[in-house]
Amino acid sequence: MMELTTKPVLRRALGLGPALTIIMLFMVIPVLVMAVYSFLEANPFGGVFWRFSSAGYTQFLFERDLADNLAFSPDYLIIIGRSLFLALVTTALCLVIGFPVAYFIVRQPPQNRNIWVFLITIPFWTNQLVRTFAWIIILGRNGTIELPFRWLGLLPDDQTLGLMYTDFAIVIGLTYAFIPIMVLPIYASLEKLDFRLVEASADLYGSTFESFRRVIIPLTKPGIVAGSILVFIPSIGAFIQPDLLGGGKKLMLGSLVQFQFATARSWPFGAAVAMILLCFVMLCLMWYARTARRAGTNSGMGGHV
Amino acid sequence: MSNSQKKNDFRPVGAVVGLGAWAFGFMLFLYLPIVILVLYSFNASKLVMVWSGFSLEWYAKVFDNADIRRAALNSLIVASSATVCATVLATLAALVLVRGGVFRGRGASMTIIALPLMVPEIVTAVALLIVFAGTGLSLGLGNVIIAHTTFCIPFAFLPIRARLEGMETTLEQASADLYGTELATFRYVTLPILMPGILAGAMLAFVISLDDFIITMMVSSAGGTTLPVYIYSMIRQGVTPEINAISTLLLIVSSVLVTLYWLVTRKQGAER
Repeated sequence: MMELTTKPVLRRALGLGPALTIIMLFMVIPVLVMAVYSFLEANPFGGVFWRFSSAGYTQFLFERDLADNLAFSPDYLIIIGRSLFLALVTTALCLVIGFPVAYFIVRQPPQNRNIWVFLITIPFWTNQLVRTFAWIIILGRNGTIELPFRWLGLLPDDQTLGLMYTDFAIVIGLTYAFIPIMVLPIYASLEKLDFRLVEASADLYGSTFESFRRVIIPLTKPGIVAGSILVFIPSIGAFIQPDLLGGGKKLMLGSLVQFQFATARSWPFGAAVAMILLCFVMLCLMWYARTARRAGTNSGMGGHV
Repeated sequence: MSNSQKKNDFRPVGAVVGLGAWAFGFMLFLYLPIVILVLYSFNASKLVMVWSGFSLEWYAKVFDNADIRRAALNSLIVASSATVCATVLATLAALVLVRGGVFRGRGASMTIIALPLMVPEIVTAVALLIVFAGTGLSLGLGNVIIAHTTFCIPFAFLPIRARLEGMETTLEQASADLYGTELATFRYVTLPILMPGILAGAMLAFVISLDDFIITMMVSSAGGTTLPVYIYSMIRQGVTPEINAISTLLLIVSSVLVTLYWLVTRKQGAER
């Protein structure tokens, strides 16, 4: 115990040092280097030339035509737009499907709640690639969904419902992958909710709908925001789902980054796309921090009342 | 169903019609795709989607496939090494952050440890690719192990921290009162009580490492293919029930580990 008080600085350095060093060396610094790369000139054979260039970012808006002039091209803006749109739709779907489930779990007797939470988490911990592959079997040509149509003779052999390689398939895949992380935070904040407030609302002749709108949803807002962000961030940066279910043609930001590094060999542009992705993440986290702070002050006031 | 409905009578306010059906439907949505995937792994047909009878042929093919065996071995090496490294680092960090009192940089340290959870995987993947390519660091599987250790740290850290925060220091004080040296106290008192947390953290880290695909795909070199990367290349080549068989095996490993994790942490909760 003597030692503990005499050399706390050394102890802290020895204990924290290794973990922080690893994360700094192989996470923080690489991301900073990537930021630098996004301002360099591309080497067509992969890698970069160490010369400043803003081409990585102008490429989002302009394309060099045959005469070497810059011409406006909306292709990449469309990809950003599609990523935002698909991620938002996924988040909304997860929320609409997930909220009632979280509410259902919270209304179970306490000893049963854990098993529900457990059943919802298991798929989340299993391989995403495998779970996305399952949807290829379901949505694909001659897949599980098309099967009954074929049996009934409603779908000729040379035709398909065309479910695969669509935005719809991507959204289903994303929703399936990330919905557990929407349910869990909402469940956590519902569990803390004081149901006497709901009773009070009912006593004051509030309908169930009113109780939801004015009591339950405002008080569980931190959980809703946390869940939405946890779903939105991996959705907007997703690679597996747009690649396998979108057929690699419906690019999203995540698959665009991968494509630039693996196939197109345009590292600075890929780095620039990754930076934009990071900016979206940062905005989300700032929004979350603000909501969490507000919820904190609100509950503080509630304590006084 | 009616039984659970009855138990809910203590909380009649806020009841919503059809909630149970909704939750049941949700569970179907969650598990039906997995069930379908597993069922088709027993399909005798060469085409995944045409059922032509029960067969274990595809599992035999999986165990016969030398590439899969090598990928599985790589996955095992990477996941075990990363788990050991990440768990040791996370345990040390958690001891300082929970027991080390208040000091400058404590909040910042917590944020840094949580960083791998916040940065999108694809961004980490290409950032690491840039650094590994730029520095010429190529240790074969070593690169993959380094990458996995980094993103496994927060997953190992969270359960260990939770366990430490729920631990009383009375037993350690007793040990010190009985002239136990600091090392002995740590070895015979702190560590055994902390063990369930460490075990839980290690299991999460192992599952996360075993399932990782994007980062591994970007940083692994030829010959360093892990199971998920191999499965991806199989899917790209065309859908065969062999993928279902190997996927089923991977699903079983993850589910068993997560179930063990759940049992360990649940016992932990009951002790408190």
